[in-house]
Amino acid sequence: MPKALDAIAALKGRWAGVSDRASLDQPAINVPAPDLLAVLGSLKADHGFDMLSDISGVDWGVGASPRFTVVYHVLSTTGHEYVRVASDCPVDASPEVPSATAIWRGADWHEREAFDMFGIRFAGHPDLRRILMWDGYPHFPLRKDFPLSGVDTDLPDLEVVAETKTNAIAAPMAGGPFVAAPGQINMTEAEPRAKDESWNERRPKPGA
Amino acid sequence: MPVEHSFPDSASRDPKGEFETEKMSISMGPSHPSTHGVLRLQLELDGEIVTKADPVVGYLHRGDEKIAENMTYNQFVPYTDRLDYLAPLANNMAYAIAVEKLAKLEVPPRCQAIRVITAEMARISAHMMGLGAFGIDVGAWTVFLYSFTEREKLYKLFEELTGARFTTSYARIGGVARDLPEGWAGRVDAFCDQFLPLLEEILSLLTRNKIFTDRTQGIGVISKEDAVAYGLTGPNLRASGVPLDLRKDKPYSGYEQYDFDVAVGSKGDAYDRYLVRGEEMRQSVRIIKQAIAKLPGGKWYAEDARRIFAPPKEKVLTSMEELIQNFMIVTEGPQMPAGEVYFEAENPKGALGFYIVSKGGGVPWRLKIRAPSFCNLSILPKVCVGAMVSDVVSILGSFDFVMGECDR
Repeated sequence: MPKALDAIAALKGRWAGVSDRASLDQPAINVPAPDLLAVLGSLKADHGFDMLSDISGVDWGVGASPRFTVVYHVLSTTGHEYVRVASDCPVDASPEVPSATAIWRGADWHEREAFDMFGIRFAGHPDLRRILMWDGYPHFPLRKDFPLSGVDTDLPDLEVVAETKTNAIAAPMAGGPFVAAPGQINMTEAEPRAKDESWNERRPKPGA
Repeated sequence: MPVEHSFPDSASRDPKGEFETEKMSISMGPSHPSTHGVLRLQLELDGEIVTKADPVVGYLHRGDEKIAENMTYNQFVPYTDRLDYLAPLANNMAYAIAVEKLAKLEVPPRCQAIRVITAEMARISAHMMGLGAFGIDVGAWTVFLYSFTEREKLYKLFEELTGARFTTSYARIGGVARDLPEGWAGRVDAFCDQFLPLLEEILSLLTRNKIFTDRTQGIGVISKEDAVAYGLTGPNLRASGVPLDLRKDKPYSGYEQYDFDVAVGSKGDAYDRYLVRGEEMRQSVRIIKQAIAKLPGGKWYAEDARRIFAPPKEKVLTSMEELIQNFMIVTEGPQMPAGEVYFEAENPKGALGFYIVSKGGGVPWRLKIRAPSFCNLSILPKVCVGAMVSDVVSILGSFDFVMGECDR
């Protein structure tokens, strides 16, 4: 029996909240947020999963509950196996899970990114601020309710804004994107902007 | 050996506080030659010594993950070129394998071998670039001229194979874009033969160069524990003495058939990182030569990838069935099962990972890119403290990062 499965069996025995998660590749578990730190700590200390490969936020869409999930991929540098640990954020309006920075220092930037992109807060993170977008950016771009074209926003430097009278504008999509959800609805409903050709690079946005 | 800086030492140097100076904050980058793109380092200096370093990333953020959620799996292939734009062939392959895992596709041996050859060529060209730029950072111009000549020869071969020098988009989900051109494998083999002696010559410009060793040995030392704790991967991790190489430890695309060694450093300083990259290129040549010697025949795409591949153009224009299929693939994308996969490939910069959440259909629900440069740079605040400003340049050069991948 591979080591990852042993580890998962042991974790399930110790924490009642740990359950199997559907996965197409490596072993995966669901962990409730209160147990998350203890489970991750045990994976590292007792089962040799010493490297944190990745932390990823997932938004399941407006109206879904739980809406946000944080997914950890941990790797054993000696056993060469991955385990996926997923934890749903308990409150949809203000998603928050405990920070794993005390277990892996490398979690720092991954958590800042998840905060930046999804607005998921990590309790106990030493310095939770935006990393890819600029400080003071008001939106969370990878949330499903954030449009692909972006939204009008002030540039980070207000002096530049005052001088140049410019700001970050939404991208004219020029009819795209050209992908529809398969089989269910027609393209205009699946992607309303696909037919919105009322503005593009040459013609300004109505009302802007 | 370099001078050891003990820090903080202002109290011992200046017990009465007569020469006390204010700490200075400077911004290094985002347009600074040593930051290889648009990294900004917010440094706090006590004289010449760095007391705090805060990397500011995101200047090249293009929202690749958001874009991926709005296009089909096939359409995202060209975007992977722009991650680590110094090794697009390796990125294409990593992405294709991740989606193939989701689609449960097995690609035939010839396709695997072609991908291995191109990925290792991409590794050589990326390391050649990294080495040349590192040389310039610490004041050795000649290396750059030699390494770029070699890189140029590789780009000629890439151009012949894919039609493009940089943005290759060569891998397809379930195969590659086209078979090898006539005689191409022989030309790659000939390149390898002439490359090996030249590589030794290039490395000999640096390996025992007094200026180079002074500026790299003992600089930017990363311990084994730190390297693992911060999630470093690739040559930066192996230079610290952790023998983790996904090509060996989690073989994909048939890497288990090839005989090669994993280069591992002992001290974890900038010099070790340079040595590891040099050795990796020798090993890449070994892999390429083996792969060419036993290049299997047969198909270069999976037979059951028909539901993903667009059919040949002449068929689309003459046959009803293919026309419909082409239309469906273009408008709705290749239909994938629901589920989650995570795949990491050993790229030149480290482990490039793709985490794909699919709800079925032709568009990923979530596609997370685990960028090795992003993880590697996260250790900078620790490594730079206590170093001189000029050492920071040397540390950055030894990390060999790409901002296109870090910022995504």
